[in-house]
Amino acid sequence: MPDEIIHKLAEGDYKYGFVTDVETDTVPKGLNEDTVRLISQKKDEPAWMLDWRLRAYRHWLTMKEPRWANLRYPTIDYQDAYYYSAPKMKKAPKSLDEIDPEIRKTYEKLGIPLQEQEMLAGVAVDAVFDSVSVATTFKDKLAKMGIIFCSFSEAIHNHPELVRKWMGTVVPYTDNFFATLNSAVFTDGSFCYVPKGVRCPMELSTYFRINAKSTGQFERTLIVAEEGATVSYLEGCTAPMRDENQLHAAVVELVALDNATIKYSTVQNWYPGDKDGRGGIFNFVTKRGRCKGANSRITWTQVETGSAITWKYPSCILQGENSTGEFYSVAVANHWQQADTGTKMIHIGRNTKSTIISKGISAGHGQNTYRGGVQMLKGAENARNYSQCDSLLLGDQCGAHTFPYLDVQNPTAQVEHEASTSKIGEDQLFYCRQRGLSTEDAVNMIVNGFCKRVFKELPMEFAVEAQKLLSVSLEGSVG
Amino acid sequence: MLEIRNLHASVGDKAVLKGIDLTVHAGEVHAIMGPNASGKSTLAYVLAGRENYAVTQGQVLFRGKDLLAMTPEDRAREGVFLGFQYPVEIPGVGNTYFMKNALNAIRKHHGQQELDAAEFLALVKEKARLVEMPEHLMNRPVNEGFSGGEKKRNEILQMAVLSPALAVLDETDSGLDIDALRVIGGGINAMRSRDRAIVVVTHHQRLLDYVVPDHVHVLVDGRIVKSGHRELALQLESKGYGWIK
Repeated sequence: MPDEIIHKLAEGDYKYGFVTDVETDTVPKGLNEDTVRLISQKKDEPAWMLDWRLRAYRHWLTMKEPRWANLRYPTIDYQDAYYYSAPKMKKAPKSLDEIDPEIRKTYEKLGIPLQEQEMLAGVAVDAVFDSVSVATTFKDKLAKMGIIFCSFSEAIHNHPELVRKWMGTVVPYTDNFFATLNSAVFTDGSFCYVPKGVRCPMELSTYFRINAKSTGQFERTLIVAEEGATVSYLEGCTAPMRDENQLHAAVVELVALDNATIKYSTVQNWYPGDKDGRGGIFNFVTKRGRCKGANSRITWTQVETGSAITWKYPSCILQGENSTGEFYSVAVANHWQQADTGTKMIHIGRNTKSTIISKGISAGHGQNTYRGGVQMLKGAENARNYSQCDSLLLGDQCGAHTFPYLDVQNPTAQVEHEASTSKIGEDQLFYCRQRGLSTEDAVNMIVNGFCKRVFKELPMEFAVEAQKLLSVSLEGSVG
Repeated sequence: MLEIRNLHASVGDKAVLKGIDLTVHAGEVHAIMGPNASGKSTLAYVLAGRENYAVTQGQVLFRGKDLLAMTPEDRAREGVFLGFQYPVEIPGVGNTYFMKNALNAIRKHHGQQELDAAEFLALVKEKARLVEMPEHLMNRPVNEGFSGGEKKRNEILQMAVLSPALAVLDETDSGLDIDALRVIGGGINAMRSRDRAIVVVTHHQRLLDYVVPDHVHVLVDGRIVKSGHRELALQLESKGYGWIK
């Protein structure tokens, strides 16, 4: 559809649509085409973007929310949610003294510096942050190498040709209920483009992205690594993130061309709800990477400790010959948390390889489900997969479930699956305590040992934080 | 150092210890011998504070303190070490890391400064020589993939590192070949000191060829039925436990 017509359409609808002061930051509750148009308009988007959003929205109307996951939650009323800048919290706190002492305690346990604590808690600070100037320096350095790293909105304006070329090529707007919803109403996110032959010299982190504020609810990320490019990307933060919006539906797309490598690491700690299961984020995420080129590699590493509901399957489409997909995951479900997470490895090309290492930890009344799919399509000559799924139970009220799906259409393909479920042993605990360690320290040690294979895949500082985070998440779960 | 008075304990509904009296002084090595299922391991577990071993009667004083009132970790910090008959594997937790944390927990309890990585490494290297512990085992996860003999060596190494006041070694000699037995015997002997008591729980007297005890007690059906010296162990060896009953 030519842009002009779409533009007209958009304009046209707008006439009868609604009249809202464009200056305000709030769009009324509810979702309809006007909401989509308003979001696009507020972001001053080009017509092609609006068109894409509208197509997604119209498709979404024909879809049903999936209920196949091993998750229990009340029906979500999509008309009872805000889709653009939810109302501001009462008032920005003036100092950390006004912050919930529970949250502050957690910050301290995680060893987060005071300044960062203020930023995370949304304290209104006048002083300019070190990190901002650091980020600027970083940006200059990256720009010199031709690396684009910016918010998704900036990319739409400044690099439309790249966004249009790659957006939706891995997760099409018709993909699934939540991804389609995201495609219609996404607010912002990250964009990263690494040109041919360039190795990104530093870990890219959302933390260092300027304008990273409040993109949480419907975030969209696109990372493209051209031939021979290498990039490592860190998402999230170990600090507990609170958000007034219960529903989160993010989309992440990765594209790796010939000989390119993308490493995507996540530490996710959204508010999981309280001890009795009240509140907490519902997190429905679609993450997928396409190993489009020969010898390309995509590695997903995730440490999931937050959210009341987690629905998330970072996957790889192994299209290029000799391409490699990896998934390393630690998922924690404590108190009343429920996690249904895993991966899908779709082997298309010859000699493609995939590795899946999943570590699920259940405590309290938590329910942890691993759901993994390995597909070896007809052309996947000599493709190989190795999967290892281990579950650790703390206490006897929690649950661990494993659903591996295998679909092998090529007789030369090899698939290996190992699974184990163990209860944190009385024997192990007693052994540690007999050596002088407290029960809590013993549990931490045993759990961290259990997750070691995954932590090894995280960048160094992230791994240290992840260990601390795990300890905090499981506090008081035994004894 | 250790005073056990009329100790009764049961596992589930089954009474296992039926009135044990035993006094161990600093500097002494005691051997507790007895046939299978006589209550030897139960005694070791009760002293260390294992759950599901219920003390139904009696008292245990350790350096004048009520040992039975303490949590297992406090007993360890106060200086009670149990060498396990079946040492436990802890996947993913490095052996050296584990010992460092244990030692520092004990040091902290006594208000001593914790050792840093370099200080600890020096200490553990010195102690590893005692039991001829190959270096590659130091960085492996605790007991994971260790042979039976290596696990037992690791127990003695932990004892040497943690330097307890009282060590209770439960069947440390079981499953060892002659060479390993010699090494472990040497490790235990090196730990003998005026300030330390060692209680060796064993089925056979062969360990006692290397670790010569000051006192030997025979435990049968939850009671100490005979106490004596070195010769008692040798008599048992030649005549069997039937002789004592």
